[in-house]
Amino acid sequence: MRRERLRFAGALAATVAALPSPAAAHLDATGLGPVYDGIAHFLTSPEDLLPALALALWAGARGAAHGRRALLVLPGAWLLGSLLGMSAAATAGSAVVSALWLLALGALLAADLALSLRVAGAIAFALGLQRGYLNGSGTPAGLDGLIALLGLCTAVFVLVAYGAALLVRLRATWARVAVRVAGSWIAASGLLLLGWALRG
Amino acid sequence: MRRMPTLLALAALGWAAPTLAHVDGVAAGGLLSGLRHPLSGFDHVLAMVAVGLWGAQLGSPAIWLLPVAFPMVMAVGGLLGLLGVPLPGIEYGIAASAILLGAAVTVEAQPPLGVAAAVVGFFAIFHGHAHGTELPAGDDALRYSLGFVVATGCLHAAGIGVGIVHRWGWGRTALQTAGAAIAVGGCYFLWRALV
Repeated sequence: MRRERLRFAGALAATVAALPSPAAAHLDATGLGPVYDGIAHFLTSPEDLLPALALALWAGARGAAHGRRALLVLPGAWLLGSLLGMSAAATAGSAVVSALWLLALGALLAADLALSLRVAGAIAFALGLQRGYLNGSGTPAGLDGLIALLGLCTAVFVLVAYGAALLVRLRATWARVAVRVAGSWIAASGLLLLGWALRG
Repeated sequence: MRRMPTLLALAALGWAAPTLAHVDGVAAGGLLSGLRHPLSGFDHVLAMVAVGLWGAQLGSPAIWLLPVAFPMVMAVGGLLGLLGVPLPGIEYGIAASAILLGAAVTVEAQPPLGVAAAVVGFFAIFHGHAHGTELPAGDDALRYSLGFVVATGCLHAAGIGVGIVHRWGWGRTALQTAGAAIAVGGCYFLWRALV
């Protein structure tokens, strides 16, 4: 019964996270080809970049095992979500959901919260699936779109690899504090975005 | 019950709407506009620099806790402002923040960490609310918010950077003088709010 309730709660959370609204995203045209279009889209979309960065830094701060789990799960889930989204109608997540991701992951990083590997993996999976789905749904079908999404997911992989590895190696107290301060900035941005989204 | 997750997932996937393109100019404008906003009011600047100076005087862990507490609570104030929740005496609260934080730097007040964080957090609500009600429509919301928070954090960091001189005798005097100047500035803004 408890497991069923958990499954139901998880499904409900995933449903809310996936609730789409009119899409406002498209791939940036760099003129360098679809791979770079995908990379540029990720790097210039703070609603994608910041939660992924916060997760990577938090995972690295929690240790090598958490960093490896994030590196394994997040890009893979992002790719899976992208492929699912590509075959669906064009959608975009609500600003409320983006704000909640920023708030939750920024707070996680700022508080340096200790969570189990399983929970860390679940968070990475949910984030990757939701953001990837939105990226995929805003990408034109065809080979170029697929290559762009591969470029985007590669950028996610590189970001998580460097972000987590940096924090695993980082020993200086002031530097770790600076990273946590950055987490609080991400959370504060999420809170303001939430207000903006709720104001309509 | 077992089929509920599948049904919910299908409902979500089917909840599609038309695509709109975003405007890159708005995005860039949003970030710059957000970066500029905390710098546009000298009363805000005074209080935020004072937070950094006070944190530097108090030392660890206040030196990083206060600059974390201020943007977080300020964002809560911004949320209230955006949602239209009224807050009385905002201009007085902002002016009082410069007076009290400046005074704290001047007398090198050393309250318990919780009290210092509560004082900073209390005033952050006023600053956040004022900014929240002033946020311009049409800007890119996330980039604006990000620029706004980063600029606020940089003002704290500037205060902390200057506050490092606290370790030298002449530096302590200089900081106390700066605190007094901030408090005087706060008095000016309070007078302007009252008149």
